[in-house]
Amino acid sequence: MVEPARRDNRRKRKLTIAKAISEAIAQEMERDSGVFVMGEDIAKLGGVFGNTQGLLDKFGPERVRDTPISETGFISMAVGAAALGLRPLVELMFVDFFGVCMDAIYNLAAKQAYFSGGHVKCPMVLMTSVGGGYSDAGQHSQCLYGTFAHLPGMKVVVPSNAYDAKGLMAAAIRDDNPVIFMMHKNLQGMGWLGTVAGATVDVPEDAYEVPLGKAAITRPGKDITVVGLGATVHQALDAAETLAKDGIEAEVIDLRSLAPLDREAVLKSVRKTGRLLVVDDDYKSFGVSGEIIATVAEAGIALKSPPQRLAYPDIPIPFARPMEQFALPNAGKVATLIRQMCQE
Amino acid sequence: MVLSRGYEERLAAAYMEGKTPLFNMANGPLPGEMHLSNGQEPCAVGVCAHLRAEDTVTATHRPHHVAIAKGVDLRAMTAEIFGKQAGLSGGRGGHMHIFDPRVNFACSGIIAQGMGPAAGAALARKLRGEPGVAVAFIGEGAANQGAFHEVMNIAALWKLPFLCIIEDNGYGVSVMKKDSTAVARNDVRAAAYGVPGVYVPGNDPYAIYAAAGEAIERARAGDGPTLIEIETWRLAGHFMGDVEGYRPAGEKDALFARDPIPAMRQRMIAEKTATADDVAALEAEAKATLDAVFDYARSAAEPRPEEALEKVFV
Repeated sequence: MVEPARRDNRRKRKLTIAKAISEAIAQEMERDSGVFVMGEDIAKLGGVFGNTQGLLDKFGPERVRDTPISETGFISMAVGAAALGLRPLVELMFVDFFGVCMDAIYNLAAKQAYFSGGHVKCPMVLMTSVGGGYSDAGQHSQCLYGTFAHLPGMKVVVPSNAYDAKGLMAAAIRDDNPVIFMMHKNLQGMGWLGTVAGATVDVPEDAYEVPLGKAAITRPGKDITVVGLGATVHQALDAAETLAKDGIEAEVIDLRSLAPLDREAVLKSVRKTGRLLVVDDDYKSFGVSGEIIATVAEAGIALKSPPQRLAYPDIPIPFARPMEQFALPNAGKVATLIRQMCQE
Repeated sequence: MVLSRGYEERLAAAYMEGKTPLFNMANGPLPGEMHLSNGQEPCAVGVCAHLRAEDTVTATHRPHHVAIAKGVDLRAMTAEIFGKQAGLSGGRGGHMHIFDPRVNFACSGIIAQGMGPAAGAALARKLRGEPGVAVAFIGEGAANQGAFHEVMNIAALWKLPFLCIIEDNGYGVSVMKKDSTAVARNDVRAAAYGVPGVYVPGNDPYAIYAAAGEAIERARAGDGPTLIEIETWRLAGHFMGDVEGYRPAGEKDALFARDPIPAMRQRMIAEKTATADDVAALEAEAKATLDAVFDYARSAAEPRPEEALEKVFV
């Protein structure tokens, strides 16, 4: 079952991304006894970011396992369990913690299929929180999209809303490859941190998949293509709404997935609009924004103005509010850039 | 043990082809690093003699003796080491990345890296209620890695059917154990995780077999993991091309004098487990197997270069 139209819901209900992810995991655990969850604070607490709410009660401590604070240990164990055909789902609480366990991710999980000639699969999902903007400083606020998407052998998805989050999670769990599932804290919908309104949307109760590797046109437009992912999709949409009053029609693309990357969707849009802006709250250099612009450059599309990117500067993320907000992209900055580009 | 030693000797000879007079690791039919297991055979056979196909084994960058003892397809493994299309992974992995899911064997190139995958396999068997234990072979240097401690703790906490076998060959590349490790023996570290720790001295296959048997029985009974450190010795260098200048004078000669293979041959004959003729027949059989395997691997087809692009995802 793939993407039932959002209007077809028998009963409309808005869910946060956290609730949508919990529901997707529960449905997959019901469907497939090989799905189990491991991570820090994912059982009794239901996940620091609420991704595993209710799972312990429903499925018990064998399949919903609180782990010690040993990311290398439990993530590399997931690789071994996946080799035998189970479908482990592990949570790396903050993506910033990848430094203590990256070997298990990029040397074990990402290379198991390749180094075995495809004979040993690695059907696991690693979900992890990304993003800042709430003064948590530079070890709890990074996105690191480019870091993960750069390394071959893993799929990387970044939902911007609860509908996509549920469907992408189902697709990720059913996928036979390792999937890095990055949920943005500003969109997640926890009681202790504000949430961008547009992330909490209607979500069907039945299970469904949103295919990995397919971008979404979140808003059609003819004047400029604005590419975002996760939180920056909402910034782009806000900016587009403002600019529409002045007659500038921005087309907003939500990448949803970095690996595989839907290059065709970007190219098709830019061929139509002739302008490209990428908005990314990950570091600017060697990242998503550069990759998208390179994709368009390689295709040789004639542009009406030079492609631009609005990304996080190449600095660690500071704590103090004025400094962090200065560095982050936001809707105002997006709107300003679009205006400039459309006047060129 | 005889098959394993013969295997390594043939690999060593093949490895040197194209690498003389000037040694260049990139040349010859076996390019890249090559870590041979000469001398460490007792660790592999003493443990794996207790194992069945459904039991998982992970080994290290020095994996051949363990792979052979676990029953990995020798033709496909050798083709892999020669980088051939018929290799276990079509030439993508080479000698440090041998996967044979038929007997649940895998190895990898980074120190202590096999701990998690083995414990994860043990967890999978436990969750599924299936029979099967998992054994991680590591070197003594790996007991100083974080992964070792993290996984020992989790395996003990969750009472997994898991064994950690430390092959203590005395050296992490060039650094002696006494210069890298705060305790003389790593079996004492088992106490930190509340599991049995066993030390087996003397590179003795009989003693290893006994210790491993007890631990595996405990794991199969659901009584959790065991940590075993085996004193062994590396009769080859860390890798081919290693001149071993870091060893004290005379050490290597003394180790050769304690080669476990002649010792076992003598013991089998002395204890009348086998006659000299039996042993000779066994050696002849190993030789015939190796002839066939190496002929096959050498004559096997190279992969098409573009096959490099396949199997990233499945």
